[in-house]
Amino acid sequence: MMSHDLTRGEGPWPWLAAGSVALSLLMLGALLVLLAGRGLGHFWPAPVALVELENGRWLAGEAVKEARLPGAEGSGTRGRERLYRTANRDLDDGIWTWVALETIADVGYPDELVVLERRRWGDFIGRLMAVERDGRPLGEGKSAWTVLQARLVELEVLRDEQARLRRKTIMPLAARLATGPDAEASRDLARANAQLRELRAEMGRDRLVLESADGRRLEQPLVEVVRAWRPNAMSPVEKLAAWGQGVWRFLAEGPRAANTAGGVWPAIFGTVLMVLLMSVLVTPFGVLAAIYLNEVAHQGRFTRLVRIAVRNLAGVPSIVYGVFGLGVFVHGIGGSLDAWFFEEALPSPTFGTGGLLWASLTLALLTLPVVIVATEEGLARIPDQQREGALALGATRLEMLTRVVLPMATPAMLTGLILAVARAAGEVAPLMLVGVAKLAPQVPVDGDFPFLHLERKFMHLGYHIFDTAFHGGDVQAALPLVYATALLLVLVILVLNLTAIFLRHHLKVRHGALPRV
Amino acid sequence: MSVLVQPRSTGSGPIIDFHREASCLEIEDLSLAYGDKPALRGLTLRVPRHRVTAFIGPSGCGKSTLLRALNRLHDLNEEVSHEGKVLLEGRDIHDPEVAVAELRRRVGMVFQVPNPFPMSIYDNVAFGLRLLGGMRRRQMDDVVEWALTSAALWHEVKDRLRASAWSLSGGQQQRLVIARTLAVRPEVLLLDEPASALDPISTLKIEELIRNLKSQLTLVLVTHNMQQAARVSDYTAFLQEGELVEYGPTDTLFTNPRLRRTENYITGRMA
Ligand SMILES: Nc1ncnc2c1ncn2[C@@H]1O[C@H](COP(=O)(O)OP(=O)(O)OP(=O)(O)O)[C@@H](O)[C@H]1O
Ligand SMILES: [Mg+2]
Repeated sequence: MMSHDLTRGEGPWPWLAAGSVALSLLMLGALLVLLAGRGLGHFWPAPVALVELENGRWLAGEAVKEARLPGAEGSGTRGRERLYRTANRDLDDGIWTWVALETIADVGYPDELVVLERRRWGDFIGRLMAVERDGRPLGEGKSAWTVLQARLVELEVLRDEQARLRRKTIMPLAARLATGPDAEASRDLARANAQLRELRAEMGRDRLVLESADGRRLEQPLVEVVRAWRPNAMSPVEKLAAWGQGVWRFLAEGPRAANTAGGVWPAIFGTVLMVLLMSVLVTPFGVLAAIYLNEVAHQGRFTRLVRIAVRNLAGVPSIVYGVFGLGVFVHGIGGSLDAWFFEEALPSPTFGTGGLLWASLTLALLTLPVVIVATEEGLARIPDQQREGALALGATRLEMLTRVVLPMATPAMLTGLILAVARAAGEVAPLMLVGVAKLAPQVPVDGDFPFLHLERKFMHLGYHIFDTAFHGGDVQAALPLVYATALLLVLVILVLNLTAIFLRHHLKVRHGALPRV
Repeated sequence: MSVLVQPRSTGSGPIIDFHREASCLEIEDLSLAYGDKPALRGLTLRVPRHRVTAFIGPSGCGKSTLLRALNRLHDLNEEVSHEGKVLLEGRDIHDPEVAVAELRRRVGMVFQVPNPFPMSIYDNVAFGLRLLGGMRRRQMDDVVEWALTSAALWHEVKDRLRASAWSLSGGQQQRLVIARTLAVRPEVLLLDEPASALDPISTLKIEELIRNLKSQLTLVLVTHNMQQAARVSDYTAFLQEGELVEYGPTDTLFTNPRLRRTENYITGRMA
């Protein structure tokens, strides 16, 4: 081995090379730190400030950032203002309040301030005055918080019961009724529906009496409250637990409020499923094409031409593949499929519109060149002696391929697949044409035959980022989710790639190192 | 003319008259060309059964080409065209009724560079057997052990049959490849410079192996090493530019060659 001492008189190029590596790593690190900091910080329960203004008004909210007023001069608090997330969209017009620092008389962090996550109107920040059932108070003042927590737990139980009833009883019955009249089923269904109504009524009995920081009262049905916490009264351990819970909800739940709140589970699922489907589609095609080019076809002008074409295909912009997918898969093949097999559903399309299958196929096409090129390189690296060795033992060409050549080329195929996955998981542009949806809370896999619904639209992390960042009503509120989703996309790709890398490593270990010659 | 080597007796008793030996392979007027470049020109020669026949000659004279023609490895190369016949036990190997896979099992081949497959030692030896199929586990274990024993490798690997074949040394790999070929019970074993990539001790082991295998099958050996040809072969064919120059019992060819060309070559190589 040569010594890699950079200080030897080799001129500046080793420094340049090392410097550019360091710079790339630094930028990668900065990217991850930014995404993690902005995205994951969102789930940490921020302290809620109670602010008294000089004009006698009060407000409560989380401090988000400070900025200098345009054209303002001076130092210290002069000319600076602070942004508070005051929430309470149903009381005020917006959820943000800018406050000039000079006008603040006092800032406190009283324990009794609560934050409620609600299904409508977003969060509430203020005080909890009482919990009432059917108009009669269950708890007031100090005891209200304890009562609220207990009620939230009970509510969760009721919700689970409701979901179970829907899934286990009502949906199967409805499916039975859809096939024809069935007296028993309709009686059971009526009873189940009555049960459901009872549950709903039970859940709707409780109300909260809330008061905002400036003293306005609000009656809040408890059913709409998802979570409640008192950030100023929480210990760091409690905050950590709440943070973990928040991250978990983000991962495990579906989006709410036009993708500006809630989780991204359907998008994670859609991304992974689409990439897996794409891998399943692209691998056999790519490998077969590479085998044909390298092992079967007569090496001549034709194979050279095909190779050049394949390499050039890798450079075609992805949106072009999207257009191709839309024209050929969605309208062409999908339209014909609808005309032949799903006539009764027309004019509403089944396969004649974007969906999981078409998106996966489009991306498979997009990544096909990568897989072909990588596999071909792997095949070309296998010494001819290996092939002749197999033939000399009486193997047919097919046996030689399947028993010696392909196992040896598997690491190369997996390398191709890794590159393909990395490219496909990050593509958004072509997907917008062939099947991604802004909101598809129903994931394409469920308990209904045929379990995997290839014609369904699906959500995708990349598109979710785009949609949340640019199409939501309140970008400021959605921004942390955008960062968190971007971080998640990077992690998903990382996990997919690591899986393939582990697989490749495992295969290499099994087949030993390269032959010693 | 000087006598350069005294070939050692090959241990199978006195060599009987060349012309009375039963032939295993008969090559009749075989010509072969890569594209329009001729590599073999009208070769005729008989390879006697249960003997070691060596092909010698300068580099590029067509030894490997001839060897590969004997089990139709040239079939893969579209550029290759041939004329003439190769008879294996009286039957033309290019007969359309001959199955290539079957032929290649009957005529095994070992190459210059050891080429074990990237699998375990056991799987390497069992490779040809598995292609044949229909063999019980027990039976296969026995054949693997027999083949490794025949290739003088069993004692070195019996405790690590599951280890990768690529973890063996070069000489062991070459013997493994021989064992792999023996496992399918070939009638002829073609060896193309089997020891040229090996150290002297491994070479000696391979040579001893060749001498021992003679009782089981017919061997054809290509070598650049005159001493080796003299040590192990019964008959030697000298090729030059695709033509057979001289062919005869090894001791005659080395001690008393008929042609000047042969003598020059042998003297040159021996020096
Ligand atoms: N695949 C091929 N395509 C074209 N020409 C070839 C091919 N293989 C061999 N030749 C040519 O055929 C001639 C004989 O080659 P061959 O490999 O049989 O020689 P050899 O006697 O085995 O030589 P060496 O002792 O160096 O192995 C050479 O001139 C070589 O260039
Ligand atoms: Mg050769």
